[in-house]
Amino acid sequence: MKNNAHSIRTPMSRVRGLGSTKSGTDHFWKSRVTAVANVILTVPFVIIVMMLAKADYAGAMKIVGHPLAALLLMAFVTSAAIHMRLGMQVIIEDYVHSEGTKIVLLMLNTFFAVAVGLASAYAILRIGFAG
Amino acid sequence: MARTGPAERPLSPHLQIYKPSVTMMMSILHRITGAALFFGTLLLVVALLALASGKTSYATVQAIYGSFLGKLVLFGYTWALFHHMFGGIRHFVWDTAAGLERETRFKLAWATLVGSLGLTVVVWFFYLMG
Repeated sequence: MKNNAHSIRTPMSRVRGLGSTKSGTDHFWKSRVTAVANVILTVPFVIIVMMLAKADYAGAMKIVGHPLAALLLMAFVTSAAIHMRLGMQVIIEDYVHSEGTKIVLLMLNTFFAVAVGLASAYAILRIGFAG
Repeated sequence: MARTGPAERPLSPHLQIYKPSVTMMMSILHRITGAALFFGTLLLVVALLALASGKTSYATVQAIYGSFLGKLVLFGYTWALFHHMFGGIRHFVWDTAAGLERETRFKLAWATLVGSLGLTVVVWFFYLMG
């Protein structure tokens, strides 16, 4: 506390603990939470895909349409979409230094991740409710 | 490098100045596989949308994914997925401030590569034999 006596940081900013970028460890933490979810959900994802590889159309509809498989797939795609948006954001921020291009690419990154998540969820639900 | 500007101060060296190490390669591969998986999710989205659209569109996707080139891409996707996964697990270890010693770092780097290649081969073995 002795150092803080001479700090120009306000007590409020110290309490919030979000640092100069104003987002604290939010990006780091979300990437870790989704990473843990991804590791867990990769197991059923790989199993489902391996089952699909051997199935015909009717079989594939049954596999993806199964409530458990549909939920696990949607959980995986959602977690993966959030995770890959966070990851691509870092890549863009590392390599793109022109402010305008960077902002456009960061927006496209978000749009892509949302599109991937929504399209997958829509397809899975449609397959699930078709049965 | 002949610089014409005023920046004569020491500049931090970039990648080409360092001797390549397995830890460096795994770090680069983690980013490359991550970016590949970013676009690779389209493989899943396309397959799911095709399945939801009906028999004809699903047959088209099956034909493309089942071709030699399709299988090659899917094999690459499998490896990228497992490599990024093992790389991520390695980061979980480092997040606890463990495994940062020189020897452990190198072991973890090799384990990432061997693990991802091994699991990819196992999965494709079961697919081709099963």
